[in-house]
Amino acid sequence: MRTVSKDRILAGVTLLPSILLVGIFVYGFIGNTFWTSLTDWGGVGALSENPEKNYVGFYNYKDLFVGFLSSGFRQDLVNAIFYSVFLLIGAIGVGLFIAILLDNKPKAEGFFRTVFLYPMSLSFIVTGTIWRWLLAPSGGVNVLPTYVGAEPFNFRWLSSTQSILQFDWQNILSFAFNVISIVLIVIGLWLLGKRSKHAAKWLVAGIVIGILVYLFGDMLPKALIMEEKHGFNLATTGIILATIWQYSGYTMALYLAGFTGISQDLRDAAMLDGASTFNYYRHIAIPLIQPITISAIIILSHISLKMFDLIFAMTGPDNGQTGHPALNMYLTTFRANDFARGAAIAMLLFFLAALFIIPYLISSYRNKDERA
Amino acid sequence: MKKLTLLLTSALAALGLTLGASAYAADQKNELEIFSWWAGDEGPALEALIKLYNEKYPDTKLINATVTGGSGVNAKAVLKTRMLGGEPPDSFQVHAGQELIGTWVKSDRMEDLTPLFDEQGWKDIFPEGLVSLIGTDKGIWSVPVNIHRSNDIWFIPKNLEKWGIEAPKTWDEFLAVAPKLKEQGVVPLSMGQNWTANHLWESVALASLGAEKWESLWSGDLKFNSPEGVAAWDLFGKILQYTNDDFSSLSWQQATDMVVDGRAAFNIMGDWAAGYLNTTKKLEPNTGFGWLPSPGTSGNFIFLADSFGLPKGAVHRENALNWLALLGSKEGSDAFNPLKGSISPRKDSDLSKYNKYAESAAADFARDTIVGSLAHGVVANEGFMNDFASVMETFLKTRDSKVAAELAQQIATKNKIGQ
Repeated sequence: MRTVSKDRILAGVTLLPSILLVGIFVYGFIGNTFWTSLTDWGGVGALSENPEKNYVGFYNYKDLFVGFLSSGFRQDLVNAIFYSVFLLIGAIGVGLFIAILLDNKPKAEGFFRTVFLYPMSLSFIVTGTIWRWLLAPSGGVNVLPTYVGAEPFNFRWLSSTQSILQFDWQNILSFAFNVISIVLIVIGLWLLGKRSKHAAKWLVAGIVIGILVYLFGDMLPKALIMEEKHGFNLATTGIILATIWQYSGYTMALYLAGFTGISQDLRDAAMLDGASTFNYYRHIAIPLIQPITISAIIILSHISLKMFDLIFAMTGPDNGQTGHPALNMYLTTFRANDFARGAAIAMLLFFLAALFIIPYLISSYRNKDERA
Repeated sequence: MKKLTLLLTSALAALGLTLGASAYAADQKNELEIFSWWAGDEGPALEALIKLYNEKYPDTKLINATVTGGSGVNAKAVLKTRMLGGEPPDSFQVHAGQELIGTWVKSDRMEDLTPLFDEQGWKDIFPEGLVSLIGTDKGIWSVPVNIHRSNDIWFIPKNLEKWGIEAPKTWDEFLAVAPKLKEQGVVPLSMGQNWTANHLWESVALASLGAEKWESLWSGDLKFNSPEGVAAWDLFGKILQYTNDDFSSLSWQQATDMVVDGRAAFNIMGDWAAGYLNTTKKLEPNTGFGWLPSPGTSGNFIFLADSFGLPKGAVHRENALNWLALLGSKEGSDAFNPLKGSISPRKDSDLSKYNKYAESAAADFARDTIVGSLAHGVVANEGFMNDFASVMETFLKTRDSKVAAELAQQIATKNKIGQ
């Protein structure tokens, strides 16, 4: 008994420094950032020894979403969401595809694995610079067709001013309710597929919200006094491409590790039962490594929400077409000296990332409990 | 257990002692730390100054802290964290004017340099207009090292001959000749990413408003959303029709290259372009490349200047004052500027050391009406400059002059321009 308690004390003492440091430097500072975001710290005199800070509640957050001058931030936010979605689809799709190819043990598998994983070892600044050159308006990728005698491409990978899938920010509230209703219905259908008894609740809630928005959506307050279109800016395709290039090797490595972990017996058994290669992956391998897909989603989505250096290197600061909240935060804080507003953007990014990570943490803890 | 605690406490104590000791030692050494974003192309000019300082004060160890990044975007962020952390460098580079005043002087972080100006007699040697733009009613806040001109239009004389045109003296002339150039497949005016659009805007707005109204814009007497303000955006919009459509992915050098390669006819850029054309592109001033004041602004000189100031609480204050005195001296100025490709702010500089472009710029600087640059921090504080970049993005997307003028007025109010 004595040894155990001594052990515990020792463990406590060893952990104490890191608990203290993490407590102060991570959680303490998150709290401080949140507090800053509720003040009006900024503008002239922001950098004095004792700057004037007044509590203004959630004014900064409100202004970011409905302020006349904040349309740049709103486009950045829309960019970040499209960026995350396309990065997830692209990197997971390409990574999975390469992993399946390599899992079938082609010749020189090790060589290819290294080749595909190699982009991961580059820093984002290097990737960004290389791809900025490759995607230059009249060079790199655009002149490839001329080598076979065709006309050069004319697409502006990084400087197109076109925007598709536009919506009007004025109607953001009804838009948000529609999204909630669709999410609820999808969860409901998924539960229905699993024959869960809670399915009906989710479905009914989703459908009711959907009908209400459809009927009374016009009565929701407008977010802005005037129309403001935001959408998917085609100039961000170049950035998405570069990020997929860098990260698909990483997802490939994750999947390959997963596939290698599946026993060969299982595959042989499936083949004996007459499963084609496609069916083996579709019904056996991919469902088995679902935890890996989830980890990949978590890792990629928070990378895309924090992305800074790649965009900075590819399209520079102050590019309204390809902006990202992280860049906006840096410039607002350290160039415009608007510390409170910068803190508010930082908190929003933090909440967005938490939206992905917290459900993951909860589910992984649950799994552990079940196994224990 | 006791042993462990003893070990921990002694380790902590040792750590504390070393930290304390090194901080103490730093205070005592005969050093000078200067902070700037001059690396790369601009490095040699700074090195020349440092060499001069070392010759004069051989006992002082000069620490050159540079943080790279165009127009100091990264250096300024590092500087802010250092100042907030109570660890200012002894002297730091900053764009003269509101960029310094709005950020550091209003925060009471700078020392008034009026005594130094009096001691060195600089009030008579620097032009009066310049001294008033880098100071406030409470003092003078930095020593200007160089002067750059923002309103220049660049072209290749041979190409203009080939196309049968002359360099425009007004925007009307430009708008008359631009469609002809476009027909021949030449971009009339090349432009680069966001900040170069702001740079172009200040030349266009000055042409549209005139020097007097340009100044009243910044003193708050003329509103941005007044008819004159909207007219400036209207003219800017007309000119934008004749720029390249891939501007947002080009650096200023690439935009200048378009002129050199004959893909574009004109480019409006500050006079660091002269250094680039001369040194990097090996073109001779006047014959290889030509320049004029940007259309509609002859007789006006939009200036920007790099300067060094003295932060309050500088550890080696005496050494920093020596450094500042050297920067403002004729010797220091004439060592630095020919290499940097800028002109000296002093009225008595030795023009034989400079190239042809600098000679013409120096002559204009002595003669012209001097006004401050927006894109480079003379007339507006950093908050306004940051917000103006997003106003510009909105205009580039929507091309709506009224909305842009309205937004500009709102950010002027928000950032207390002219107050």
